[in-house]
Amino acid sequence: MKYFMRKIVFFIVTIWIAITLNFILPRLMPGNPAQAMMSKFAQQGAITPSQEHALALMLGMPTGSLWTQYWQYLLHVCEGNFGVSYSFYPVKVITVIAGALPWTLTLVGLVTIIQFVVGTLLGVYAAWHRGRKFDSVATVLFSFTSAFPYFWIALLFIYLFGYILNWFPISGGYSGSLSPALNWSFVGSALYHSILPALTIFITGIGGSLLSMRNNMINTLGEDYILLGRAEGLSETVISIRYAARNALLPIVTNFAMTLGMVVGGSLLMETVFAYPGMGYLLSTALSNQDYPLLQALFLFITVSVLLANFAADIVYGFLDPRVRRGGAR
Amino acid sequence: MVDKPSLTSHHEDSTSVQLTEKVRKNPHFLSLLWANPKARIGIIMLCFFFAMAIFGPFVAPYSLADTNFPTSQTPSIVHWLGTTQSGQDVLTELLYGARISLFVGFVAGAIVILIAMFVGFVAGYFGGWIDDMLSLLMNVILVLPGLPLMILIAAYMPSHGIGEIILVMSITGWAFGGRSLRAQMLTMVQQDYVIAAKFAGERPLRIIFYEILPNMLSYIVANFFGAVVGAVLAEAGLEFLGLGNPSITSWGTMIYWAQSSDAMLSGQWAWILAPGLCIAGLAAALTFVNFGIDAVANPRLQGE
Repeated sequence: MKYFMRKIVFFIVTIWIAITLNFILPRLMPGNPAQAMMSKFAQQGAITPSQEHALALMLGMPTGSLWTQYWQYLLHVCEGNFGVSYSFYPVKVITVIAGALPWTLTLVGLVTIIQFVVGTLLGVYAAWHRGRKFDSVATVLFSFTSAFPYFWIALLFIYLFGYILNWFPISGGYSGSLSPALNWSFVGSALYHSILPALTIFITGIGGSLLSMRNNMINTLGEDYILLGRAEGLSETVISIRYAARNALLPIVTNFAMTLGMVVGGSLLMETVFAYPGMGYLLSTALSNQDYPLLQALFLFITVSVLLANFAADIVYGFLDPRVRRGGAR
Repeated sequence: MVDKPSLTSHHEDSTSVQLTEKVRKNPHFLSLLWANPKARIGIIMLCFFFAMAIFGPFVAPYSLADTNFPTSQTPSIVHWLGTTQSGQDVLTELLYGARISLFVGFVAGAIVILIAMFVGFVAGYFGGWIDDMLSLLMNVILVLPGLPLMILIAAYMPSHGIGEIILVMSITGWAFGGRSLRAQMLTMVQQDYVIAAKFAGERPLRIIFYEILPNMLSYIVANFFGAVVGAVLAEAGLEFLGLGNPSITSWGTMIYWAQSSDAMLSGQWAWILAPGLCIAGLAAALTFVNFGIDAVANPRLQGE
């Protein structure tokens, strides 16, 4: 129980830190991006005093003491009020994000899970047949592919499958003639458009899962209980899956947040290349327009998604490994 | 926790004279590393990229400033990798770009490992509330997604350049190394020679850097290479998003320009392929060397 309480507290603390970072960063930097933003807004047209006030709060214009600003900021974040987007003026930031989040969550979430399962199973296989052909080819090949920048693979895919072979669409999340709805033509079009992005995440991500599982598994295979299992004459499948793989999986679950953080970071860049209508594409739009309210909110939503997934992994870990629940060895 | 014994401790008593051990250890370690096929591939690749960074500008076919070629050419005999949208030779850019990319990667990696060493050692050596605080800090940074955090910080920077990129990566990248060095330090402080040194009244700094550090060298080197891999990939990502200085030639900015001028839709495959392959090759080379270090330092992975 103590373990779960600790994880819940850590989860809340990290979210609070992410929000606070968002508040502090613009105020730490020289040159006040807020001022620049305000003048840009003024150029675009008149803004009402209340909008100006909200913007000022969002961007850190000095109104009131730092503490009152901070409390107001926290309140606004809790209400989901992130201000107005500059690049999609006058749409609210929260509305812009609500349109993009489902795309990224489904694509990146699903492919990450598939990639993790396939990579881990291949890792078990490679470790079990260590030194054989598959293992030697796979370790060299996948340490190479896991070093590929996501956006670079995406660019090559566009060139190969979009430009040369003309098999897949090269940009967007669905055909331009359709509008988002739950019918077959739209879902089919969305699936068709997501093949290249999904393949990008799969190919660059799978190496990491395979290699870390393989190395953990080789460590586990040296344990005495594996030797005992062999001495007892247990079948290869039982030893490899139920004895070795289960234990080798534990450190991977612990490192889940970092792995996920890397996949998410890479996927965001990949979305930019494919103009996929998710968070990553929004991120690059926000960057090129210096849309700080949108940028802040994007960071917060991406972070909270990763933290939630990590929190879930921590809870799963608690059930997988009875030692941590009893507060024993970590 | 798998104990990673130092290389010589199989053969010798760890309390034997430290100096002779230190002198003999390095060549021993390097020859072991060279004997590992993966590490050998990695070292050769690494030497290639270093040669490219050092001699690249001398062997480049044209001048970097020369923008008088026909624009957006596909590879030909005159321009092996084609030309850019502003009429530069892509091969020349690639050779010059090696300097910036390697420089940023290794400098950022060095800063990252120094911070990681400092925080990890202090946390692991002193323990108690210092460890609790520093561990919390490391765990928080580790769960925040790295690239989005770097993007956020870089976006607020008043100017974008090499210095800013190195700074952003140093602030955000040290936690992983810090945590693993802390774990390593935790097992080290319980060893007899450290306890003996404490009783002999040596100062903590001396114990950490003269007694413990030499026994963790392989571990630190592995973490350093890991940090450089992270820095090289993060640099490429930031530059690709335009958060670097686009007028500086590096592999990351090359891809940025290739993407922004739709190189893949005008058939200029070499302009995209070459810089990405260099980035991936550099990262893979460092990973291979790390495989070798791991195999040498961890007896369970030996015999590969």
